Amino acid sequence: MTTIAYQGEIRFCRYLDAAGQPVGELPDWAGKPDTLVEYYRQMTLARQFDTKAIALQRTGQLGTYPSLLGGEAIDIPTASLMDDEDVLVPYYRNHAMQVMRGCDWRDVLLYWGGDERGSASPALRQDLPNCVPIATQCLHACGVAAAFRIRGEKRVAVTLCGDGATSKGDFLEALNVAGTWQLPLVFIVNNNQWAISVPRAMQCGAPTLAQKAIGAGIRGEQVDGNDVIAVHEAVALALERARGGKGPSLIEAVSYRLSDHTTADDATRYRSSDELRAGWEHEPVKRLRNFLHGRGWWNEEQEQAWQADISRRVQQAVDAYLATAPDDPGAMFDHLYAELPASLEAQREQVRARAAARAARREQD
Amino acid sequence: MSTTIPAGMREMTYREAAREGLHEALTRDERVFLMGEDVGRYGGSYAVSLGFLEEFGPERIRDTPLSESAFVGAGIGAAIGGMRPIVEVMTVNFSLLAADQIINTAATYLHMSGGQINVPLVIRMATGGGLQLAAQHSHSLENLYAHVPGLKVLTPATVEDVRGMLATALADPDPVLIFEHILLYNRKGLLAADAGAVDIHRARIRRAGTQVSLITYGGSLWKCLEAAELLEQQGIDAEVLDLRTLRPLDDEAIMATVTRTRRVVIVDEGWRSGGISAEITARIHEQAFYELDVPVQRVCAAEVPIPYAKQLEDAALPQVADIVAAAGRLVKGND
Ligand SMILES: Cc1ncc(C[n+]2csc(CCOP(=O)(O)OP(=O)(O)O)c2C)c(N)n1
Ligand SMILES: [Mg+2]
Repeated sequence: MTTIAYQGEIRFCRYLDAAGQPVGELPDWAGKPDTLVEYYRQMTLARQFDTKAIALQRTGQLGTYPSLLGGEAIDIPTASLMDDEDVLVPYYRNHAMQVMRGCDWRDVLLYWGGDERGSASPALRQDLPNCVPIATQCLHACGVAAAFRIRGEKRVAVTLCGDGATSKGDFLEALNVAGTWQLPLVFIVNNNQWAISVPRAMQCGAPTLAQKAIGAGIRGEQVDGNDVIAVHEAVALALERARGGKGPSLIEAVSYRLSDHTTADDATRYRSSDELRAGWEHEPVKRLRNFLHGRGWWNEEQEQAWQADISRRVQQAVDAYLATAPDDPGAMFDHLYAELPASLEAQREQVRARAAARAARREQD
Repeated sequence: MSTTIPAGMREMTYREAAREGLHEALTRDERVFLMGEDVGRYGGSYAVSLGFLEEFGPERIRDTPLSESAFVGAGIGAAIGGMRPIVEVMTVNFSLLAADQIINTAATYLHMSGGQINVPLVIRMATGGGLQLAAQHSHSLENLYAHVPGLKVLTPATVEDVRGMLATALADPDPVLIFEHILLYNRKGLLAADAGAVDIHRARIRRAGTQVSLITYGGSLWKCLEAAELLEQQGIDAEVLDLRTLRPLDDEAIMATVTRTRRVVIVDEGWRSGGISAEITARIHEQAFYELDVPVQRVCAAEVPIPYAKQLEDAALPQVADIVAAAGRLVKGND
């Protein structure tokens, strides 16, 4: 005889279709303009910044830069719903979230311009830094959340990663730990369909990534990652549950990477222009704008004034970035230990002396 | 440099040579297949396998899920299972995600099976700094693997070696790691038209000299050769020894150069403390102490996470001027 030992399901949530039309009843908060107009402002600001950053990279004024294009409806509501005391454990596409949490756009440019003083923003003090090894940060988020739990604090850790990252042991191990310990933790997967050149279908044989939560005994759901209302709903609930001691959640936000992987990539080598065009039809900013227009909460005049305003702001950040003088080479030792061991003091002096000698030679030439 | 190419030679980049080696391996032996992140459609992080997916198909050119531990572990299994996998790890930094597979298993199964199970696995990976890829992307950790018995560690610096070492590594019954320095891929060199497999157990003198030995490998070889030219202008005759293989080290060649020049500068892009240069220094002291006129010197990377900013990264990595200065001090200080 057999019985069903377990049966699970993964629900997909969407409120707005690609044209910005409601596909059902909207949550109460979406019946008023405030939150959604603010989301729209932040999403367009992030996008303008992104365009500018890519232009800077193309003209040799910025290093390799990972575009956030297509992820705006995930990052903006999530950052907005988090409390200041919560901890963000980001991956490399979440700079808009870092800015929402108080970091300056100038610092973002400094960082991706190869100046590590960009990581020294006081706003990043309690959040974790960008982690290059994929999914490694998911386990850090478990530790952060465990600390909250142990101390009985009503704080939540929020970690993000991509679809490719869900193949990593670290990601699955983190889900498992979070489920076992019932941590105040929210995992958000930005499933943008690509991990550099590897498509989503080649990462995992399961139809959704959210269902990985089932194996870990935690809540999992899939939302339309281009629909800011759906993301808001899912994240708000996950945060509330985590804060209320009801355990972790996994949210798979289905989006599309509208950009190259980074500025060092050329996606035309491996994906079709048809697919990209289809991606643009679902994109999050236009969808929200259409909705706001439809409600009469936003008009062309406001749009133009706002675009001009954010252009100014982005330009200010760029000017401040470009005006920053290069760091002293000895600085590479500054943040190695709380106190630099004497043996390394000698290396620091050597580096400084060599840099000074090089500078002197340049003067001579 | 002369622009004419000698008869019977071809000029090509290190990338093209690596690619030829791979192509030949895939063509010659059906058991050989390539797997890793972005090796298929993308053609490999450093474009070494561009076009291979179309030519050899998705069974033999396998884009894997994003998990180093998964595809290195699967490589071990496939090697044991009778295939000859070539696993590409994007960079040595990410090989750490598979360190358990490499160090705890690939290196031990022959021992743990009482000599019954070989692991004929080849892992290729990029190493080194210099492209402003910052702290989690610019390590030189080949030294870490050279520490591990059971592994062989190759560091080809020339087009001939990057092409020819692969064939020898594939023929080897033990796990072999091949480290390709990121600054070498675009570097051009000359290759004999009939180039083929090369040995993987001998160091080579790349420039003969009498007054000081520059012992090095991989990306630093070219800095040492440039330094030797500059030293010559100062009247100093430097020898350059390319180690080629870090495990096992060619002690004989090392002691021979020490005996010839009596002065040694070891140049390596790893961190100084506990690095491969420390190991070489110890061996020289054990085996050739009385041949030395002056203490061995090391030129290594500053002991910091490799910085992101260009001027900081340059200052952190060994540069030609540092090598010239170290060698100059040894020779002149002793005249
Ligand atoms: C452990 C590790 N392996 C490989 C890489 C190289 N790498 C950088 S980004 C990336 C793809 C990540 O894709 P995904 O998780 O979907 O995130 P996305 O960039 O699409 O947002 C890879 C393979 C890395 N950074 N870390
Ligand atoms: Mg992705």
